Amino acid sequence: MKPALLIAAFLALVLPQLGGADSGGDLYLQHCASCHGRGGAGVPPGGEHFGPPLQGVGEQAADFYLRTGYMPVQEASQEPVRKSSPFSDAEIRSLVTYIGSFGGPPIPKPQPERGSTSQGLKLFTENCAGCHQVAAQGGLVVGGTAPRLADSTPTEIAEAVRVGPYLMPRFTRRQLSDRDVDSIVRYVQLTQNPDNRGGWGIANLGPIPEGLVAWLLAGGALVGIAVLIGGRER
Amino acid sequence: MKRFGSWAIAGLVLLLGRGQRRRQLPPGKPVVEGGSPAPGSELVVVGLLLLAAALAVVFIVLFAGRANTQLLGLALGLCFAALAVASVLTAFRLLSSEVDDEPYPELHPFEAAEIEQIAVESGQHLTRRKLLVLAAGAAGTALAVALLAPLAALGPVFDTSRLRRDPWRKGMRLVDANGRVLRANDIELNTLHTAFPEGVDRENLAAPIVVVRVEPARLDLPADRSDWAPGGIVAYSKICTHAACAVALYRAPHFEPSRPRPALVCPCHYSTFDPATGGTVLFGPAGRPLPQLPLAVGRRGELIARGGFSGPVGPSWSGVRE
Repeated sequence: MKPALLIAAFLALVLPQLGGADSGGDLYLQHCASCHGRGGAGVPPGGEHFGPPLQGVGEQAADFYLRTGYMPVQEASQEPVRKSSPFSDAEIRSLVTYIGSFGGPPIPKPQPERGSTSQGLKLFTENCAGCHQVAAQGGLVVGGTAPRLADSTPTEIAEAVRVGPYLMPRFTRRQLSDRDVDSIVRYVQLTQNPDNRGGWGIANLGPIPEGLVAWLLAGGALVGIAVLIGGRER
Repeated sequence: MKRFGSWAIAGLVLLLGRGQRRRQLPPGKPVVEGGSPAPGSELVVVGLLLLAAALAVVFIVLFAGRANTQLLGLALGLCFAALAVASVLTAFRLLSSEVDDEPYPELHPFEAAEIEQIAVESGQHLTRRKLLVLAAGAAGTALAVALLAPLAALGPVFDTSRLRRDPWRKGMRLVDANGRVLRANDIELNTLHTAFPEGVDRENLAAPIVVVRVEPARLDLPADRSDWAPGGIVAYSKICTHAACAVALYRAPHFEPSRPRPALVCPCHYSTFDPATGGTVLFGPAGRPLPQLPLAVGRRGELIARGGFSGPVGPSWSGVRE
């Protein structure tokens, strides 16, 4: 009984990976080709389904859109949002390899430990905080939302900087070097695990919300004390 | 201009004042018992009214000197406070009062006349009526002028040339924040670049620009700017025309057919400008398009300016350029 279970578990783990490794093309035809066209040629708007070509986007963009769950979307007009991907890790890897075979940049390999947090804060403030907010909590832009970066992995951040997903501009190496991206990733990692000395960060929105909460609490306490020590004359 | 305004207002006040001649008291028995004169309080009230006038003048002087706004607020606030104290003193110390115990009646013509008589008689024992009226007039005029003074901030009426001054000259190269020369090849689609004129003070409001590349087929610039965008590269002032924030956001759709069009966005109040049509406002509180800078490509592929901006840089208040 036990060995049979073990073997079944082993097969369940390994088989999809073995099968997935060479099914990138099949997965692409099933899930992507209706909008992105055969061979990543794209489908021009006009019909029911349309989408941008994937030739030249490389593993970099494919990995980003699949890992974040941005793709697949039901319609091209839908704003992509972060969700768990319907594909397994192995399926994503084979899809990424297949789309990468159309040509384009590889997956970047950021090394946040090489970056500097203070430099990252400066670069993030200049280039990212306008939309994502300096605490990386996300925000609004005209025509869309900028996501919070709480769940973004270093690789996803480095990919997004170069790809410019949805409405985000992209940044060339001339604008932000790979070392700059390392610093930005390091800073975002700080915002993901902030050092909340006070114990209660209030979403790290800054001193004004903190002040408001403090005033509300202090005001309540003062009213309570006033009720306690004051009594109506009878 | 400012002086002309104050003279006009002073004249208006005099004219209106002339129309109101003191009415003759109707004959008959007075309703209000004459109170005792209070020359001391009268002097205090006159002093307060003159103080209010002086504070209003101080406001105008501070405003003309572009002093900080807290001093402006202090002057205006104290002016109103002096007026308030003067009014309260007048009501309690200078005018005799008559309390009518009856419930609020419907006014018969007779009663209405009586109330008018009360109002007129209550000020009868004033010893310095003229001085008081003059002081009140001075306070009112000065306050009115003080409140109208900020109109001068709407901008110069006759000489607007200084609003159009900018450091960009024909042939000046564009450099990035690190001082490196920007080339046309550096400006890729969907990237936003900030640039400055080479060798010029960057604190100048009209120095920073944003540079983006628009697909040439999508360009729809005004007819007289047809040669301002070599290869679809356009440059605009980085200073938002609404409140002078830095236009730091670039809405760069990854796949255009199903997305909002590319736009330059100011992060302060989301004023949104269209780089393809000469910086026209697509959304938000900005009232004017972003001024465009005409560009050309130099012999070595570097971006150069062809002259100054298409319009005044910065938001629509004149003090911003100082």
